[in-house]
Amino acid sequence: MAEWKVTGKEFAKIPEKFMAGHRACAGCGPAIALRLVMKAARGPIIVTNATGCMEVVSTIYPNTAWDVPWIHTAFETAAANAAGIESALKILRKKGKIKDKHVDVVAFGGDGGTFDIGFQALSGAVERGHDFLYVLYDNEAYMNTGIQRSGGTPHGAWTTTSPAGEVIPGKTQYKKPIADIMVAHEMPYVATASIAYWNDMVKKARKGMEIVGPAFLHTFAPCPRGWRSETAETVEIARLAVETCVFPLWEAECGEYKLSTKSKAIAKNPDKKKPVEVYLKTQRRFRHLFKPQNKHIVEEIQNNVDRRWKKLLKACDLD
Amino acid sequence: MTTVEQKTVPLNGDESVAYAVKQCDVDVVAAYPITPQTIIVEKFSEYVADGEVDTEFVCVESEHTAMTCSITAAATGARTFTATASAGLALMHEMLAVASGSRMPIVMSVVNRALSAPLNIHCDHADSMAQRDLGWIQMYAENSQEAYDSIIQAFKIAEHLDVQLPAMVGLDGFVLSHTLENVTVLEDETVKKFVGTRQIPHVLNHRGEIVPFKLDPEKPLTIGPVALQDYYFEHKRQQEEAMKNALEVIKQVHNEYAELTGRSYGNGLIETYRLDDAEIVTVCVGSTAGTIKTVVDTLREKGIKAGLLRLRTFRPLPVEDIISNLKGKKAVAVMDRSSSFGGNGGPIFIEIRHALYNGADIPQVVNYIYGLGGRDTPPALIEGIYNDLQKIAQIGQVEKQIQYVGLRE
Ligand SMILES: Cc1ncc(C[n+]2csc(CCOP(=O)(O)OP(=O)(O)O)c2C)c(N)n1
Ligand code: SF4
Repeated sequence: MAEWKVTGKEFAKIPEKFMAGHRACAGCGPAIALRLVMKAARGPIIVTNATGCMEVVSTIYPNTAWDVPWIHTAFETAAANAAGIESALKILRKKGKIKDKHVDVVAFGGDGGTFDIGFQALSGAVERGHDFLYVLYDNEAYMNTGIQRSGGTPHGAWTTTSPAGEVIPGKTQYKKPIADIMVAHEMPYVATASIAYWNDMVKKARKGMEIVGPAFLHTFAPCPRGWRSETAETVEIARLAVETCVFPLWEAECGEYKLSTKSKAIAKNPDKKKPVEVYLKTQRRFRHLFKPQNKHIVEEIQNNVDRRWKKLLKACDLD
Repeated sequence: MTTVEQKTVPLNGDESVAYAVKQCDVDVVAAYPITPQTIIVEKFSEYVADGEVDTEFVCVESEHTAMTCSITAAATGARTFTATASAGLALMHEMLAVASGSRMPIVMSVVNRALSAPLNIHCDHADSMAQRDLGWIQMYAENSQEAYDSIIQAFKIAEHLDVQLPAMVGLDGFVLSHTLENVTVLEDETVKKFVGTRQIPHVLNHRGEIVPFKLDPEKPLTIGPVALQDYYFEHKRQQEEAMKNALEVIKQVHNEYAELTGRSYGNGLIETYRLDDAEIVTVCVGSTAGTIKTVVDTLREKGIKAGLLRLRTFRPLPVEDIISNLKGKKAVAVMDRSSSFGGNGGPIFIEIRHALYNGADIPQVVNYIYGLGGRDTPPALIEGIYNDLQKIAQIGQVEKQIQYVGLRE
């Protein structure tokens, strides 16, 4: 399959399908991710959304930010929604009840709706091989309900259900390696993307739509509100996550891992790999980690990032 | 007088449901097995494997997903069916409200089974009664024949432009689901013609265009948005209106079907048996009505004026029919095959008694909780209830309002 190529100029001219007028906070990373993915749409499309920030900010009745057919049913159902839509399209097309045209089905879910409550439906839909793209916008907590921890919240992070207290310093568990778990499904396409690298993201989104069968795109999308970060720094933070290898960029076609440009450059030149500290310092959710008694946690985080990075390099035959 | 070709085939309740679904030109079936519904899913899988249906069968990983897939498939314009029971229905609970709130005309058969704990696979109505306030049409079949007929009618009712609501057809677990019966079935073409193609209402989208109420890439529409204090209430009021409309539509569709097949079930909402001059009456839903009819005949031979009112449709509740048929009776026993723990009687009792409250000539009303977890309900037990009613009628007073029958106490 030829890779979709688009210049910045061309990309700017593509009409918005996730339109202005939604009520996301200033500097919202997920809103940027959605906008980029929607601009990568190749043609007729149906979109579904899990309950969460992106659904709530974009569809307050009687308004909508979606200039495409869009449906929401519940928090844990984005993948099941896609499965129902895709199954219906398939049979209706076969019976001649709708136009004989391919329609892309794209599901958006937050980290809560993906790592946690919606995981069963996602795993089931992928196992059954429905043709859809699942886009995880990962802001690393339940933001819609007020910054509670999820299976995607990183180690040490403060959230309202993993508060940094006198005895417990933030989240004690590590982030679930969701994209690797999806690769383990032996599905056709899994990729990670960061809003800081728009071109990489839109190409992967387009590829996920073009590939026949289930595709999973893990997008890294900082939330200034929940991360206690500066609204103007969202994209910069997303870039640092890649530069520190907290969130490496890669894709896996049928289980074959391949690093993407930015991460490959770091793999080739390990001196470019920044320490996690520079990333952690941009967010007040990690503030408590810089107290002297918590120094070891930053070390643990660094060790874990290094361990996972090494594992990834091995998977990419680059170790 | 039937006007069309029909044939009689031996089918159990589950098979009769699967057979009806096969004939209704259903586009998507998403389902998950659970006893005593499993035969429906299995039978339907066979139809799919043998190429007997033109249906996309999604064998999902849970009932929650079965209902979710049904909702979005229906939203994409597909005619959609699913089936479940007990724990499966309970797992769907959240999505049942989404289905009705999104006005998706899904048809589902519920093979009624007790809820855990303790684990029990046999019949009672605790599963569907627990869903009664979620905006689904609820019909209960007395036998497999009616299960077959009701599934066919349900598609036409649910998809009616004045209704656009999901509908469930209940059939008693094992009593009907696993019991072979002679079921008279229509020809495929007749059913297809009767049910017709799915009609889709039109609404206004965000571009100010009138568009079909479905996910159509050429006519964008936002379905299932957030509606807050300023709009949610209006949505709910419209659902109530659709339920009111369903009363008339159920009767219409039932009558049309009766004309076609020669089979009718009262007026489609309620069915009465030797009720006109009856003095003592039982009210029930489901298969128990069959036993009650036999008992009524026996009592009538003895000169006892016994009768039956079977609620075929529980949602929407046919209040007018209940009032007009029960007023002036001396004593009424409402039979509930489920309990409302800590409530003032079973769910059907509460509704029947409440419906009568404002009327004149109100009968004495007593509640019998029976048959939970598949406990047998033999004729003798029903006779006992009519004996009680005779006493109540004589003294004109109910002594103990809520009774448990067929139970070791
Ligand atoms: C069954 C269920 N449980 C809980 C909720 C409450 N709830 C709604 S959105 C949400 C969190 C969403 O978090 P996430 O998926 O990370 O998306 P975000 O809000 O961060 O965009 C929760 C807990 C719900 N809607 N449904
Ligand atoms: S809380 Fe975070 S994810 Fe939600 S809209 Fe605001 S910035 Fe975006």
